[in-house]
Amino acid sequence: MIELYCEDTIAAISTPVGEGAISIVRLSGPEAIQAADRLFAGKRTLSEVPSHTMHYGRIVDPGTGRTIEEAMVSVMKKPKTFTREDVVEINCHGGLTSVNRVLELVLDQNVRLAEPGEFTKRAFLNGRIDLSQAEAVMDLIRAKTDQAMDVAIGQVEGTLSRLIHQLRQQLLDILAAVEVNIDYPEYDDAEVVTGRLLRDRSIAVRKQVDHVLSTARQGKILREGLSTAIIGRPNVGKSSLLNHLIHENRAIVTDVPGTTRDIIEDYVNIHGIPLKLIDTAGIRETEDTVEKIGVERSRTALKKADLVLLLINYHEELTEGDRQLFTLIGETPAIIILNKTDLSGGVSIDAVEKLAAGRQIVRISLLNEQGIPELEESIASLFFKNGVTQNEEAYVSNTRHIALLKKARSAISDAIEAADQGLPVDMAQIDIKRTWDILGEIVGDTVSDSLINELFSKFCLGK
Amino acid sequence: MKGYQAGTYDVIVVGAGHAGVEAGLASARMGAKTLMLTISLEGVAFMPCNPSVGGPAKGVVVREIDALGGEMGHNIDKTYIQMRMLNTRKGPAVRALRAQADKQLYQRAMKKTIEDTENLTLRQGMVERLIVEDGVCRGVVVATGAEYRAKAVVLTTGVYLKGKIIIGELQYESGPNNMQASVSLSEHLKELGFDLVRFKTGTPPRVNGRTIDYSKTEIQPGDEEPLAFSYDTKEFIKDQIPCWLTYTNDETHKIINENLDRSPIYSGAIVGTGPRYCPSIETKIVRFSDKSRHQLFLEPEGKETKEVYVDGLSTSMPEEIQRKMLATIPGLEQVEMMRPGYAIEYDAMVPTQLWPSLETKKIEGLFTAGQINGTSGYEEAAGQGLMGGINAARKALGKEPVILDRAQAYIGVLIDDLVTKGTKEPYRLLTSRAEYRLLLRHDNADLRLTELGHKIGLIREERYQRFLVKKQLIEQERTRLAVTTVKPSEEAAELLEQRGAAPIYEPLKADRLLKRPELNYHDVASLLPDNGTAVPDDVGEQVEIQVKYEGYINKQLQQVEKMKRMEKKKIPQDLDYSVIDGIATEARQKLDKVRPISVGQASRVSGVNPSDIAILLVYLEQGKLARKTG
Repeated sequence: MIELYCEDTIAAISTPVGEGAISIVRLSGPEAIQAADRLFAGKRTLSEVPSHTMHYGRIVDPGTGRTIEEAMVSVMKKPKTFTREDVVEINCHGGLTSVNRVLELVLDQNVRLAEPGEFTKRAFLNGRIDLSQAEAVMDLIRAKTDQAMDVAIGQVEGTLSRLIHQLRQQLLDILAAVEVNIDYPEYDDAEVVTGRLLRDRSIAVRKQVDHVLSTARQGKILREGLSTAIIGRPNVGKSSLLNHLIHENRAIVTDVPGTTRDIIEDYVNIHGIPLKLIDTAGIRETEDTVEKIGVERSRTALKKADLVLLLINYHEELTEGDRQLFTLIGETPAIIILNKTDLSGGVSIDAVEKLAAGRQIVRISLLNEQGIPELEESIASLFFKNGVTQNEEAYVSNTRHIALLKKARSAISDAIEAADQGLPVDMAQIDIKRTWDILGEIVGDTVSDSLINELFSKFCLGK
Repeated sequence: MKGYQAGTYDVIVVGAGHAGVEAGLASARMGAKTLMLTISLEGVAFMPCNPSVGGPAKGVVVREIDALGGEMGHNIDKTYIQMRMLNTRKGPAVRALRAQADKQLYQRAMKKTIEDTENLTLRQGMVERLIVEDGVCRGVVVATGAEYRAKAVVLTTGVYLKGKIIIGELQYESGPNNMQASVSLSEHLKELGFDLVRFKTGTPPRVNGRTIDYSKTEIQPGDEEPLAFSYDTKEFIKDQIPCWLTYTNDETHKIINENLDRSPIYSGAIVGTGPRYCPSIETKIVRFSDKSRHQLFLEPEGKETKEVYVDGLSTSMPEEIQRKMLATIPGLEQVEMMRPGYAIEYDAMVPTQLWPSLETKKIEGLFTAGQINGTSGYEEAAGQGLMGGINAARKALGKEPVILDRAQAYIGVLIDDLVTKGTKEPYRLLTSRAEYRLLLRHDNADLRLTELGHKIGLIREERYQRFLVKKQLIEQERTRLAVTTVKPSEEAAELLEQRGAAPIYEPLKADRLLKRPELNYHDVASLLPDNGTAVPDDVGEQVEIQVKYEGYINKQLQQVEKMKRMEKKKIPQDLDYSVIDGIATEARQKLDKVRPISVGQASRVSGVNPSDIAILLVYLEQGKLARKTG
C-alpha cells in the first residue's frame, strides 16, 4: 500500500553517497528517537537529551553487541525540524560500507526506508514548506521517483531478478492452489494444500531467501570493496605488504614517494574480490612514540575495516603493542600474518595461536616473496567459502533490496509459524500473499491480478 | 406511439431480475414510492442459469444482503431443496453457504413478497427510453406509450440489452430463455453517450431426471444440520433433495473436437467476451486438452419438475451435437434433453462510467446495477441491486449515498472493483479479490452491516434489538474468557487428552486456552465455572473465531486503518487533472476517466503509480492552503 501519511518512521542516507567525509543517516517520524536509541551507546539515552543537541557515542548492533561505528548523533524534536517531526541524524565518518550497515540496522528497528523525496514531501504535508514551493516539491518527487525507480529496478541484476521471479512463481503456485481449494471446493483436480504441504513449501522459500540474504554481505563487498586495514607494529612490513598486494594485483597506485600519507586507500583485486586497502604506513615514527602512534593509527583504520590483516614479526617476541592490537581487532574478521619467516623464529607460536583464537595464521616472507598466494587464498576464502561465483550467485547489495528481503523473510516465517500452530491454511495464505507482494516490490511488479490470471490459466474451473 | 402521462414515483426500477427485485424492495421499504417495470412478469427473480445461490464469496454476499435488509437470503431460505456449508475444514474466513434452489418456488416467493410490499408497484412493460432533462434523468418511456416520471431511475436490464441467443448455427434476438430482448434501450443509451461493451455468457442443456440412470453417478447430499442464509430464518426445510456427480470422458471430448468447426466460439460467430471462470465445455476441452474428464453435477431444478441442470456442460454447440455429447456420459446414455444449452450475447455498460454509488457520472439520477454493469452471477447482481436501490431512494429523498468500502463487505469490493478498474470480461466475485477476507466472513456479516442496515431504515427495530443483544453477549463472553482462569484439574486433563492437546500444569486464562487449535469454544466453556447463562451457539462461534484468530484479525484491522485514512481524503468531483503537471500522462488520463472520489480509490486505478498519488496529494494540500490563504 502506498504510504501517504506521516504515520511511520522513515530513514535514509541523506548525504550524497561517496561524497564528503561524513555521511548522515537521517530518521524522521514518531519513533525516530526510540529507534536510534536502541542502537546508540553513549553517556545518556537519546530520549533524555534536550532537543537540538549533538551527542557522541557508538552505534552498536543490538543483535551481536558489536560496535559498527563511532558517531555524532543529533536529536531534534518536533516541531522545529525540517519535517516537523522528530528527527535524528547519525553522522558517520566511516566509509560507505559502515554507513550502509548503520542504515540497515536502523531499518531493522521498525523503520521504513524513505521513498525518494519523502523528507521534503513530509516537510510539505506537515506545513513546513509554503505554497510557492509546492510545485518544486512535486517536481522533485517526480524526478527522484523516476530516477530512483529506474536505478533500483536496474540494480536488480539478472541473476537476482531471475531468482526473485522464481521465488514469486513458487509462492504463486502455492497461492493459486490454495485459492482453487477455497473458491472451487468441489473441483477435484487441484492438489489439496494441507498445512504441512504449505509449511514445507514455505520453508523451502525461506531457505532461498536466507541464501540470498547471506550473499548480501558479499554483494556489498563486490560493489564497494572490502575495506581492509593492514595493521601492525612499526617496521613489521605493512608498507611492503601493501606494495606487494598492489604490485601483484595491478591496482592503481596513488603512492607519491616521499609524501606523508595519512591513510591511503587503494583498490586491489584478489580472486575477484575488490579490496580497499587502508594502510597505516608512511607514518613517521619517532623512537619513543612509535608504539603509541602505531596503536592509535591502527585504531582509526580499524573503525572502517571489514577485514584486518594483522602483521606480527616472526623474528621477534610478542610485545605489549602486538597484544593490544589483537584486542583492538575485536570481532572484525582478521587474518594473522607472521612476516619475516626468512629470519629465525623469535615469536612464540603458541602465544600467537592463543591470541588468534581460531583466526587463520599465514606465514610469509615479503623479502623472499614467499607465502603471498597463500595469503590471497586466505583472504578470498574468508568471504567466499567456495571461491567467488559471481556469475551464478545473486548478490544483493542495495539497501532497499536487503530491507525488503528481510521483510519477506519475516512474512514467510509468519506463514510457517501459522502452519506450525495448526492455524487453517487460508490464514497462512495471508502471510504468503504478503511475502509475494514484498518480493514484487523488489522487481517492480505489483500488479495484483496475476493471481486470478494464474488461477484460470492453470485450472479448468467453472460450470 | 401516442404517449400518455402514466404516473409519478420517487424511484423507478427497470427490470425485475435479481438486481431489480432488491433495488425495488429496498427503495420501497425505505419509504420511496417505487415502480418496478419488467418485460414479463414471468421473469421476476428468474434463474436462467444454475439453480443455486451462494458459494464461496457469493454466499457471503447473500449474508451481507440479508444483514443490510435485502431479500435474497429470506427468499432462498424459503425455497431451497438442498443446503450445504462449504469449506468447513478450512478457516472461518472462507466458509460459505450454498443452496440448490427450487427455481419456480424461488420466483413465486419473490414475486409474492414484492406484491405484498407497500409503496411498491410491479408492472409489466418494456422501457424504451429515458426522460433526460438538462443532464438529469426524470423518468422512463414504455413501449405502450406510458410515460413515468421519477426522481431516480435504476436500470437492471441483465442480459436483455440486445440479447442474442446462439446455438450452433442458429442465432436469434432474445433475452434469457427466449424472453423478449430489449433493443431500443440499448440504442438509446448509446445515443446518450454511454460506452457499451459486448459480453457473452452461456448455460448447459437441461435433461429429464426420469431418464437419468443415477446408479452410475455419485450422490451429493445436503448437510444434515439446519442451515440458513438469513439471520431471521427460524424454520428449516427438512426433506432435502440430493445432487449427483458424473464425468465427461474421451468419447464426449472426441465428439466436441470433431465438431469444433460448428462451435460458434471457434467459428467466430460469437464476438462477445465470455467469462474465464465459467467456460463452455468446448473451451475447457480445447484449453485443457490433457484433462481426460471433467466433472458434471446433475442439479434438480425444483421439486415440482423433473428438469435437471447439467452443471459443467455449458455449451453453444448445435443441438444435434449436444444430444450426442449427453449420450456419452455415464448415467445420461438414455437421457432425454428438454432444453438445449445456449450462449447469449448482450450489451453491458463500461462500469467505470459510474460513481461508487452506482449513479452514472454522465446523467444524474440514473443508476445501473447488476449484469448491465458487467458482472455475472445472481448474488453479484443482487448485491448491486440492493445498493443501487438504496442510493436511488436516498437520492430521491435528498440524502447522501451509502458506499460500502473494501473492508466492510464483499459488495464493497465488487462495486469498487467495477467502478475503479472496470472489467474486460463478465466479473465474478472470488475470495481472492478481497484484501481483507478474514474480516469479510460469512459468520460476521451481521456484525459488519446490521448497524448500517438499521440506520438506513431497512432493518426493523425488533431485529436490531436482537442484534444488539447478540453483540453484547459476545463482548461479555470475551471478557469472561479473558478474566477467568482454568486450573489444572482431572477434568481438564481428561478433556485435553481426549482432544489431543498438551496438558496444562499451571492456571491459564480461558482465552489463552481457546487459542489452541485442538480446542473449540464448547471445550473451553465446559471447563469454566458455570455462570448460569449458556451463550447461544452463534455467540460461542463468534467468540471462538475472534479469540482464535485475534493475531491475524488485528493485523488486517491495522491495514484497514491505513486504507480508511486514504478513503477519507476526498477528491473534489470537478478536479481538473490536466493542470497537475507532475502526474504522468497515462495516469492523468485514467484518473480523468474514473474520477475517483477519494485518494484511496485513486490509488487503486490501474496505471496510477505511488508517485502520481503523492503528487495528487501535494496538489490537493496546496489547494487547501490556497483557499486558506486566499
